[in-house]
Amino acid sequence: MRAAFKKVWNRGDGFIWLAGAGLSLSLIMTAALLLAIFFNAAQFFWPGETVKLFVEDGRAILGEITGREDIPNPDNPEAPLKYRVQVKQGNRDIHGTDFLWVEESSIKATQLPQDAVVVERREWGNFYGFIKEVRDQGNVLAQGAEKGMKILEELIPVSNDNINAIQKIARKNIGAVNFYMEKNRLELKKLKLEGIDNGKAVEKLRMENDELQNEYKTFEAQLAELRKSQTAEAVFTTINGVEKVIPLSQIIRIYSPNNFGWFDKINFFLVKGWEFISDEPREANTEGGVFPAIFGTVLMVMIMSLMATPLGVLAAFYLREYARQGAMVSAVRIAVNNLAGVPSIVFGVFGVGFFIYFIGGSIDSFFFSEALPTPTYGTGGILWASLTMALLTVPVVIVSTEEGLASVSGGIREASFAVGATKFETTWRVVLPAVMPSILTGLILAMARAAGEVAPLMITGVVKLAPTLPIDGIWPFLHLERKFMHLGFHIYDVGFQSPNVDAARPMVFTTTLLLIGIVLLLNFTAVILRNRLRKKLAVSGV
Amino acid sequence: MAIIKLRSGNQDMENYKVEKKVENRVPSNEMAHLKLKGLGNPMVEIENLNFFYGEKKALNNINMIIPKHQVTAFIGPSGCGKSTLLRCLNRMNDLVESARMEGAIRIGGRDLHQESENVSVLRKRVGMVFQKFNPFPKTIFENVAYGPKIHGLKNKAKLEEIVENSLKSVALWDEVKDRLNESALALSGGQQQRLCIARAIAVEPEVLLMDEPCSALDPLSTGKIEELVVGLKENYTIVIVTHNMQQAARIADFTGFMLLGDLVEFGPTDRMFTKPNKKETEDYITGRFG
Repeated sequence: MRAAFKKVWNRGDGFIWLAGAGLSLSLIMTAALLLAIFFNAAQFFWPGETVKLFVEDGRAILGEITGREDIPNPDNPEAPLKYRVQVKQGNRDIHGTDFLWVEESSIKATQLPQDAVVVERREWGNFYGFIKEVRDQGNVLAQGAEKGMKILEELIPVSNDNINAIQKIARKNIGAVNFYMEKNRLELKKLKLEGIDNGKAVEKLRMENDELQNEYKTFEAQLAELRKSQTAEAVFTTINGVEKVIPLSQIIRIYSPNNFGWFDKINFFLVKGWEFISDEPREANTEGGVFPAIFGTVLMVMIMSLMATPLGVLAAFYLREYARQGAMVSAVRIAVNNLAGVPSIVFGVFGVGFFIYFIGGSIDSFFFSEALPTPTYGTGGILWASLTMALLTVPVVIVSTEEGLASVSGGIREASFAVGATKFETTWRVVLPAVMPSILTGLILAMARAAGEVAPLMITGVVKLAPTLPIDGIWPFLHLERKFMHLGFHIYDVGFQSPNVDAARPMVFTTTLLLIGIVLLLNFTAVILRNRLRKKLAVSGV
Repeated sequence: MAIIKLRSGNQDMENYKVEKKVENRVPSNEMAHLKLKGLGNPMVEIENLNFFYGEKKALNNINMIIPKHQVTAFIGPSGCGKSTLLRCLNRMNDLVESARMEGAIRIGGRDLHQESENVSVLRKRVGMVFQKFNPFPKTIFENVAYGPKIHGLKNKAKLEEIVENSLKSVALWDEVKDRLNESALALSGGQQQRLCIARAIAVEPEVLLMDEPCSALDPLSTGKIEELVVGLKENYTIVIVTHNMQQAARIADFTGFMLLGDLVEFGPTDRMFTKPNKKETEDYITGRFG
């Protein structure tokens, strides 16, 4: 028996099956995870039908069915299972909540009313109901569902353009004026701290300030004008007959999904998907897009790469090429490897203590003392977050660069020396190019880790909602001291800190999908670059 | 006055001095014989050379003269020190920690170890080709142009000319002229080794050292390299280490037989293979050991 087992074992078939099973299991689990995320995320943009439910107690509910689950009945486990459905009824300003659970057995009838519309609002979430009329300063422009829809489809793009114009002035022009005014104020304060109260410099600054004030007033006037020009409003009725007046400036889009054909649905899906990628979040991050988070994530990863790669490569070169191999270098190498296993939050705490308080605080007291006690660099920002991440990922770069260096054959080094190159020339012109693919491998791993890490960022500069991007049109364009948004943190915030959990849950999936997509994209770019290099270095593995 | 004149670098004068010294210090009948034949124009002079790896003595009191524009082969069993001796000639052994050298080596009359000697300049004068072909993971062009670039040549037309000439002298030009910008690692083994020779001669060395250049090659490629070596001796002094006695017999004008760190015998190849002076040489050549 034992001999027979031994024979089978030695033949190795069992091992092959075991190895195969291990691989399949990992692949299946990964694929299942990705598929679950993908389907849940895709549903979020797909327009659901607006259903009218008649419930036993005489209520009528209008909304979208978003979930179904069985009702646990521990007292009587033998009884047939009962189900309840989750309905998104919207109208938060009227009902108080967006979502409602209805027992399935209590639903007497369902209908798909053709005239039901969904109104996406800038505030208070979706409105579900019926168009009564559209009016402008007391004049009725249209009445009823069909005509109302037609005129709204004409008016809403105009009002959206108007809102965009208003936002542009508010954010770009007035933002710039505010920025320069603050700068002006700080310069005045600086002069005051130096004991200069009057004179040419102060006069000049005051004049500039007045000019800025005038500019501000001009923009304010423009804004008021634009706001006044929006007077149209639409009157809706809810399923219960309550009338609701919504100004057009509050409406982002209006649609009646029950009339949608396939083409309309796909179009809607794409428009919503694009909005998610390109827009800013609204309503405590539960609506709108995640553009600032995408931007912050990518920028943070890039700054991190710029810091971590040279540092890691230099360290690896010293360790492998210049340091005298011995106990000391071995100890350093082990320490570097272990550094990769330190919990990320520890790096975060270090970042706060060293980068923010010590370095940032010193920068503030030397260069931005006029702004104190408001910190400039002495608080979390994208620079400190990136530096913390660079520290976290530098071991990965060191390890893979070192492995690359070890695999560069001694032969080509000798060959370089033999034509008269110095050690530096050899390192720079022969070894570095040969080790480039390994450096890129390290960079890929580092980027994947940095993009997915959240804990250290939470304390070094990520915020729930950043008012401005770290890059804008105001000199010096890249504002490294600014706080930023990050997709990983966004997932945490939307999924677990949101006041409206049910509304936000689908966004967790979409944001996750996006984060995975961005990591893949960054990696893919680096992989292509690496393959190109490899191709240039060697055609085959001869 | 006299000193100044000497230092001013009268080449003939210096050469004369060197020859004089050599004759004084290396009283060798063999050398005198060579001189009579007009072959004894010395390129490399090795004098009382001892070499150590840490405590271990690898070369024991080597004295020899390697003549100009000839092929000189070192043969001997594994571990006899022939590669070490070769690597002393371009100070490749400097890279080995704990290596130590005593004695003098002069190439073209200049002592390798005098303080003013720049190892980078020395290695430009003394090129080397290795046992395992080791092209850089770069393009064919970059491989050959590497040396001249290192020594400061930037002119593109000049570089192209050097690359072409070098590749022509190793008979590789026709095979690769259309793919100079492809990776050198895509070439076959024999082509790679010829590329390595081209890379070494692109800096126009005076001496070319070859450390078993054919041991990793098939017979056909070996034949090509051997042909090449014989052709190259017109312009270069070639020192080759080989395991293969037939190879030494085929291509070398002079052969040195080494055993356990000693240079047992050194002389014209014909005589070495037909009438060896020493018993050990005869035993080795006739295959009794090694």
